Amino acid sequence: MAVVMEPPKEAQEAWEPRIVAFFCNWCTYAASDLAGISRVKYAPNMRIVRVMCSGRIDPSFVLEAFRDGADGVLIGGCNPGDCHYKEGNYKTMRRAMLLSQMLQDLGIEKERFRLDWICASCARELQTTVNHMTADLKRLGPLNWKGV
Amino acid sequence: MAEKPKVALYWCASCGGCEEAVVDLAEAILDVVAAVDIVFWPVALDFKVSDVEALPDKAIAVSFINGAVRLSEQKEMVELLRRKSQLVVAFGSCSHLGGIPGLANLWDKASIFDWSYSKAPSMEPGATTRPMTKIQVPEGELELPEFWDTVKSLNQVIDVDYYLPGCPPTPKLIANAVQAILTGKLPPKGAVLAGTKALCSECDLNETKPDKLLIQDIKRVTEVQLDLKKCYLAQGVLCMGPVTRSGCEALCINGGMPCTGCFGPVQESPDYGGKALSFVASIVDLEDPARAQEVLAKVADPTGIFYRYSLPTSKLGRKKMPRRK
Repeated sequence: MAVVMEPPKEAQEAWEPRIVAFFCNWCTYAASDLAGISRVKYAPNMRIVRVMCSGRIDPSFVLEAFRDGADGVLIGGCNPGDCHYKEGNYKTMRRAMLLSQMLQDLGIEKERFRLDWICASCARELQTTVNHMTADLKRLGPLNWKGV
Repeated sequence: MAEKPKVALYWCASCGGCEEAVVDLAEAILDVVAAVDIVFWPVALDFKVSDVEALPDKAIAVSFINGAVRLSEQKEMVELLRRKSQLVVAFGSCSHLGGIPGLANLWDKASIFDWSYSKAPSMEPGATTRPMTKIQVPEGELELPEFWDTVKSLNQVIDVDYYLPGCPPTPKLIANAVQAILTGKLPPKGAVLAGTKALCSECDLNETKPDKLLIQDIKRVTEVQLDLKKCYLAQGVLCMGPVTRSGCEALCINGGMPCTGCFGPVQESPDYGGKALSFVASIVDLEDPARAQEVLAKVADPTGIFYRYSLPTSKLGRKKMPRRK
């Protein structure tokens, strides 16, 4: 009789998506700070990396996050027009357009990579974004890139 | 007279262009042949694998291996050459980075066989021929090498001492490398035997590149009459010069075509495709999302364009393998 290797039931239920988030110092990171102070609860699946500007995020950071075990990558930046460095977020927007296509070509579902503009006072938006993304990832299941 | 150093040349998954590049050394090849003893070169000389096997370990001074590795036979051959050689040089883009054959990493064995042997238009529709690793025929058992799901660069299979980039490497770089090996004036192990800066640094058109390079639209070479005296990027045609290693002396650009990036990333770059994508997105000077999307959609196949020569050695390496039950 063939032995089917299935992870134990508890392990399957215990799986929680891991989101690597790159937040800009001026807006989205401030929003996550505000969410903390205001006790706005959101899914605990996100690990935040603070960067000075979303424009600092090299596509290789995103690729590396997926390669090393992230189930989703979230980039948060200032709203168009609000960038502390004037044009960083526009560059991020255009990079994300190409990167999203490239990730899909490589078999990574669209929902796993998000770019959202979340302003410094937008703790609620942050909550919604993280919760939605976590729900999407739970539906998609683990990416498990190293497992290929 | 002292014994001449032994040299081997081998090809794996490649087009043959790298072999052509060796022949393109023209008269210089006579000097090379005079200085070395070629012991293995399947494309040109009639030596057998058993001749290489018969040599003592480390007997070959240097093996130049071109092509990516995607068959079990290629792995066996490069492992044999590694054992018999003091130095191994990955020759050309495929061996260095994975190259054009590396784009097959957007598929896998099952989907490639499915297309090639079943779905592709054929003179024998409905044929179900599939290559197998073993088959019994009246004369005995025949073997074919195993076809891998994933194409690999040479250094993902064996230890590599030096890299000669390019599709193919230029005669000048080959001659310099051979000279360096013969005289023992070699850089530290692992070096790429070409420039370290970006191609723009040695491009004649660099003077015409604006200080702040910004474009409003992306054009393909077929859509414009290129001004050959002006930086192609400034004319809206994607040229990979800013993110590509120098050393070719802007051959393609001087020939009227933009750089496609065969020399791979510059020295410190973490991922060629990521950098190329990033640079293209940065110079497209559009803030309106709809317009930006419209223009960036003209990069018809971002993965194919940005990872044209380097998918196997990129951060992700390949498309995610489909889950099979």
